[in-house]
Amino acid sequence: MSIRICRTKVIKMEIDDLLKLAGEDEALKDKETAHLTINLNKVVSKNIVPGLHIDTEEIEDGINVKVIVDEGIVIEKKVHMCFGVTHDKALQKIVMEIDVKKNAKISILSHCIFPKAIDVKHIMDAKVRVREGASYSYEEKHIHSMEGGIEVYPKAEIELDKNARFKTEFELIKGRVGKLDIDYEITGKEGSVMEMTSKVSGRSDDLIKIREAGNLIGEKARGVLTSRVAVRGNAKAEVYNVMVATAPYARGHVDCKEIIQDNGVARAIPIVEVKHPKAHITHEAAIGSVDTKQLETLMSRGVGEEEAVDLIIEGLLS
Amino acid sequence: MSILELKNLSLTLNGRKILSNLDMDFLEGHVHAVVGPNGAGKSTLAYTIMGLEGYRNIEGDIIFGGESIKGMGIAERAKRGITLGWQEPARYEGLTVKKFIMASSAEKSIDEVEDALRKVGLNPDDYMNRAVDKTLSGGERKKVELASILAMRPKFVMLDEPDSGIDVSSLEKIFEGIKLLKSYGSTIVLITHSLAVMKQAERAFLMCGGKLVEKGGIDKIKPYFEKECLPCEHKNLPDKGDKNGN
Repeated sequence: MSIRICRTKVIKMEIDDLLKLAGEDEALKDKETAHLTINLNKVVSKNIVPGLHIDTEEIEDGINVKVIVDEGIVIEKKVHMCFGVTHDKALQKIVMEIDVKKNAKISILSHCIFPKAIDVKHIMDAKVRVREGASYSYEEKHIHSMEGGIEVYPKAEIELDKNARFKTEFELIKGRVGKLDIDYEITGKEGSVMEMTSKVSGRSDDLIKIREAGNLIGEKARGVLTSRVAVRGNAKAEVYNVMVATAPYARGHVDCKEIIQDNGVARAIPIVEVKHPKAHITHEAAIGSVDTKQLETLMSRGVGEEEAVDLIIEGLLS
Repeated sequence: MSILELKNLSLTLNGRKILSNLDMDFLEGHVHAVVGPNGAGKSTLAYTIMGLEGYRNIEGDIIFGGESIKGMGIAERAKRGITLGWQEPARYEGLTVKKFIMASSAEKSIDEVEDALRKVGLNPDDYMNRAVDKTLSGGERKKVELASILAMRPKFVMLDEPDSGIDVSSLEKIFEGIKLLKSYGSTIVLITHSLAVMKQAERAFLMCGGKLVEKGGIDKIKPYFEKECLPCEHKNLPDKGDKNGN
């Protein structure tokens, strides 16, 4: 176990505030909890645990991060990552490579925090390999400023080997979205399990584009794509859920719900493609205003209409 | 003393008169039953008193606490202490039982939410963080809804078919909840076609085809259940009104 800390006093103060904002400050004090904190393209702090390797390299406008979990290693405590930008104008490119070796297990909670963003672009480009029998869970929570001056481009290519499991949840419900363009593509081999969930709340003139694609290429591979999006004001959302099954007994499900309020516009484009007679994929999509009965029930308890809508949306995105 | 009065109340929906010239009064702190066969207008009456969307274009008047609430929306009526428990309570994806009840809670306290759950026979440790969604059974949702009403401490509460979709032991909890509401001083209206539910009331109104056909003590209305709608020659069809839909 080792701790490497590299930070100036000013950055430390800003990062400490940032971590408090994410509720991460306490977790990062625990020496048995691995973590990586990055401000723009600088590693502010890092802690690793046995069997986990995190290598970083500064690049122009960003950072390369390579994560390896050794074969058979089970990391009990959730690994915390924080990719923040404390500047108001910046470009941050994160190039990640993650390799979870055979029968290893890791769970990562990642916060992407841009509290002062006026003109910030955050690009995440990840390549993930989850090897045979391994398990990888990745939660990404965004905290943005209320200015809306941010563009976020998370892109990931994930390969799941035989009986591997991958679960990811993307959440952007705090602050303005700005412009978001998610592009995740997963390929699952025999007996693998993929679960992708995105929860996004847009307002004002936010633009949301989500593309999640699952390819079930192995026998008995399973996958679920779930999207929950709320758009208010003049926000716009497009959700493309693609699930393709090409192997026998592959099972998939696509589930997209979008709530619109005010002048918001939402589109859902589910594409399900089955190329084997013994495979099966289902999908459901619902777009519309808040359900009248849900709203009227809360209002009949004395909750104002706006607060009731907030509660319903908060529940949907929780 | 009446807390809520309907004065010559009529409601027309899609050209059909669904409620017709109703004059009813609900006594403060009493338990009332509104009974009648399917299509009698019982639920419509509850929706109209609550002021739900599409049920506000009424003739006549609704007086609550001496004040007309005719032009008021749901939230305004609820803020005056009127509420409604649905026959089939709403489901909310992701909204926890704790937040749902807290939204209704008069005191906005966790203790009050937990207390309300215990009163309907649900263990707070098991239910606080569960979602009010399809993972709860129909009976559990009914109890959660009643807990939210208990936490609200309303002046006037209408429970639409409180026995619908629940088992015998759960029904006992619902009945206990009704007694608790009465002990809080709430005026209660039970919308039902069940004799067991009607027996919880002190006064009853018999409706048929959108009209009030009888009112009085339970014993007076009871023969309706025994003789299957004998007093009103029920045809289960609302009054079609004249050609102009009036």
